[in-house]
Amino acid sequence: MQRPPRFPLIWVAIGAAALLAVPWYGLDDRLSAPALFAGVPWLWPLALPLLLSLCAVFGRPRPHLLIAASAGGLLWLVLQGLLIIHRGWTYAWLIELTGGSGPTQPAMGWGAAVYALACVLLLAYGLACRGFCKGDVFVAATLLVVVGLIALFVFYPVLCILASAVRDNEGGFAPEQFLAKLLSPSIWSLACLTGAHGCGVAWNTVAVAALVGVLTTLLGLAFALVALRTHMPMKPLLRALSILPIITPPFVIGLALILLFGRAGMITMWIGNLFDIPRSRWIYGVPGITIAQVLAFTPIAMLVLLGVLQGVAPSLEEASQTLRASRWYTFRSVTWPLIRPGLANSFLIGFIESMADFANPLVIGGNFNVLSTDIFFAVVGASHDQGRAAVLAIVLLAFTLTAFVAQRFWLGRRSYATVGGKGHAGIPAPLPGGLRIACYGVIVPWLLLTIAVYGMILIGGFVVSVGRDNTPTLEYFWTAFSIEKGVGGWFLSGSAWNSFIVTIEIALIAMPFTAALGILTAWLLDRQQFPGRRTFEFLAMMSFAIPGTVIGVAYILAFNVPPVSLTGTGTIIAISFAFRNMPVGIRAGLANLSQIDRSLDEASLTLGARSFRTLRRVLLPMLRPAVVTALVYSFVRAVTAVSAVIFLVTGRYNLATVYIVGRADVGEYGIAIVYSAMLVLFMMLVLLLIQLFVGERRIGRRVDVPPIDAPATALAPA
Amino acid sequence: MTIRAVEFRAVSKRYGAVTALETISLAIDRGTLVTLLGPSGCGKTTMLRLIAGLEQASTGQIMVEGKDVTLLSATERDVSMVFQSYALFPHMTVLENVCYGLRASGIRKSRAVELAQAKLSLVGLSGYGARLPSELSGGQQQRVAVARAIVLEPKVLLFDEPLSNLDAKLRRHVREEIHELQRSLSLTVIYVTHDQQEALAISDRIIVMSMARVAQDGTPRGLYEQPNSHFVADFIGDANIVPVVIEGRQNELASVRLGPLQLTLPHHGAVAGPAELSIRPQAVLLSRGTSGLSGRVERAAYLGSHMEYWITIAGLDKELFVIAQDVMAPLGVGDEVSLTFGRTGVALVPREHLELG
Repeated sequence: MQRPPRFPLIWVAIGAAALLAVPWYGLDDRLSAPALFAGVPWLWPLALPLLLSLCAVFGRPRPHLLIAASAGGLLWLVLQGLLIIHRGWTYAWLIELTGGSGPTQPAMGWGAAVYALACVLLLAYGLACRGFCKGDVFVAATLLVVVGLIALFVFYPVLCILASAVRDNEGGFAPEQFLAKLLSPSIWSLACLTGAHGCGVAWNTVAVAALVGVLTTLLGLAFALVALRTHMPMKPLLRALSILPIITPPFVIGLALILLFGRAGMITMWIGNLFDIPRSRWIYGVPGITIAQVLAFTPIAMLVLLGVLQGVAPSLEEASQTLRASRWYTFRSVTWPLIRPGLANSFLIGFIESMADFANPLVIGGNFNVLSTDIFFAVVGASHDQGRAAVLAIVLLAFTLTAFVAQRFWLGRRSYATVGGKGHAGIPAPLPGGLRIACYGVIVPWLLLTIAVYGMILIGGFVVSVGRDNTPTLEYFWTAFSIEKGVGGWFLSGSAWNSFIVTIEIALIAMPFTAALGILTAWLLDRQQFPGRRTFEFLAMMSFAIPGTVIGVAYILAFNVPPVSLTGTGTIIAISFAFRNMPVGIRAGLANLSQIDRSLDEASLTLGARSFRTLRRVLLPMLRPAVVTALVYSFVRAVTAVSAVIFLVTGRYNLATVYIVGRADVGEYGIAIVYSAMLVLFMMLVLLLIQLFVGERRIGRRVDVPPIDAPATALAPA
Repeated sequence: MTIRAVEFRAVSKRYGAVTALETISLAIDRGTLVTLLGPSGCGKTTMLRLIAGLEQASTGQIMVEGKDVTLLSATERDVSMVFQSYALFPHMTVLENVCYGLRASGIRKSRAVELAQAKLSLVGLSGYGARLPSELSGGQQQRVAVARAIVLEPKVLLFDEPLSNLDAKLRRHVREEIHELQRSLSLTVIYVTHDQQEALAISDRIIVMSMARVAQDGTPRGLYEQPNSHFVADFIGDANIVPVVIEGRQNELASVRLGPLQLTLPHHGAVAGPAELSIRPQAVLLSRGTSGLSGRVERAAYLGSHMEYWITIAGLDKELFVIAQDVMAPLGVGDEVSLTFGRTGVALVPREHLELG
């Protein structure tokens, strides 16, 4: 008789331990007994899959039985969780069927989590035995775990929104209410066209998003053109501009705009005094939102378009000029058509970002609501209409997902990759004169505005009242960040310390998980073949297009009640960070992996190393830049995030961004802006330190890319 | 009975609608050096990767040393491979690279280093262990890749165009080194190349592939002297392909008419009627007499060791390419010559062999 393999035995044992020794319900408080001793008969069948798995590995291996048993275990776990919750049966038909409110159970805890993991890994083992993922257990297990996590923390919450939308606030099934809410004039009204009333919130959002998309694209293009096609020394400026939006929390720009152009803003006062113009509230609403978002998102458009413009081979433009075309004709007939898909891409990115932006409309929107703020007010406002929040979330999600799908499928096929493997020698054509002047004319005022905004962020917190009384003061700084000596020694007495420390803590906890999730997913996508790979890629990247507000609402709806109850914990904030920022890790990983020749993995495999060893010994050492990028970005993005977590914070787990928005909301601009400045400076410091650290590593003897220029034989078998 | 190191049983490989390998059955004996030869895209690399376990067969069975490995991953197969790019891990030293497979198979470190050092000195690189791959020349990198593969003492050693990144002079040298190593260690080697000279020089057996199928399988001499198709005749060495008429068949032989000449050759299954004749450039004997086909020198080139001529023949719309050893008294352009054929290097090629499969 063959010796049974170790892997399934270990996981059967762990699964058994989860049933026998780990508290089944509860995560940190009110822990229950283990599943089999909790006196809950519907948990007993969970032991059966483990027994069957044992039969499947002893003696003749029977992967079919193993697959069926572990899948059955998972299914039963999910079913009992969904059907029986804290108030009895979940569904009305079950109550009718049994004639009672049914048994109850609290939310699942550690025991359930470990049991689910054991089942998933046994399933992966069974599938691998049947040849799934080329029979590689580690790949199959990683894939199933990642898919399972995405399903639980991205798809299940989004599905909960859909489910919640078709119910009334008491939980009954109410499709008519759903239709009424979905088609409500408050969402779709076009009254503003006739001038009678304001338009529906959906049209408001689309209009602002389209405007922002167009403006960021034009500004980004002007910037890219000046950077690449003129002799203006732009390198340091470009670097600064590409870093700023990463380290600036989104609403800070809106805040600075209020301090500059608000009713009592610095520039408003100055111009008012100079020309005797009455002060107005023009900045609140569409103008403010648009300016703030354009300032925030233009750097992204600029980066996209720099790449696009660099992709236009100079030899094409030179060819055009040797064919007697003028500069202007060359630009119009060669350059422009080649960059058009890139422009559309940049527009869609600006469109999605604007739609997803929550904090700027909240801070500077005044009475002008967009979908993301409306969702927020539907949840936290006086009306407290979860159904309406869900419907609005669905509308917002539909818009962003449409743009995302358009970006991936429509543009994906249309982009002209003009940079091949061969070097294109040549000098890019200079800009036609008129265009150059137009570009300068757009860029210079914009730069001035950016400088004014960031200047305001840095100094605005250190004067008594911006605009009215510009006497320097440290009052706000000390209120927020004072350190005092009390009875028990030094302590942090400032009002901001608590949220600041919690933010850093949670961001640090989420950081390794985000990076690991992103890099592993990138590795699965780039290096492994399995059925449904393209779907997996699409779904993994899609979480990028789900607006934070939607995720926030979804998490509240999904994780407030059993079977999985996490709201009010720091864990759920960390989880939301991990899944919101995972795509950054995926992108960094994919970019890095594409530089590492596949023959290295294959060499490792043919030398008898398994995929785990290959990943750890061969790929990870070379993936270090991607790992660092993923870690840094996940940290920075977590610290600056606001839209999703504003729904998830509690008194105990308050975050810096949410605290600042709260201060700004009640008009305490001094503390808000001083705190923002500290956050921006802190991030800059973090980035600089990491750059120093990583920069030194790069000089070492290690080479990032394999020294041999290997033809891509592995990609296309000869 | 010889033991089969590798056996393909009706193996095919498809990528969606594209067939990379049509159903192939063949066996490779232990201790031989077999070359998979063919133009790019013929399926030879796919075949190699199927043996290594880097691709999974769509249908059929693959056996290594009598054991069915069809469903085993690359890790689980006792097969090593030397990659075209060498695929040395750039972040590990030479010694770490060679130890890698040993450590992965759970051999303790001191023993692994010992074995690795032995193999490094076998390929003439003792003392280079502490270097990084980027600090070695192309030829040295190649030898590290070989050491890394043979240190595991695999049942089968695979080479994927191992010489293509080396310059021409070095190529011949390394080729002989590989051959020497294979013989002294009695390794079973499967070697992929698109260079027919390389294949002829080192192989015990050559499998010529074309369009996802085996075009011909045999010894270097057999392939060169008795190509069974237009494709093989043309691909291995130079060949003049000339249309002829088979007038009759007797036993294994056919009588063939080429202009005024009557030739008797093995027929290889060609039937009476139009056929093709493959004539090696060296098989054409030129003289100033009138005994054979009469032709005329169109162009001549002096290459030091030999002469090359292009000769037109009446009734043949193609020039014949001829190599002559006599460089002392060369023919001139415009000379009338008489052509006869040597005993080897002329073979009947059945028409449209490939298309009929």
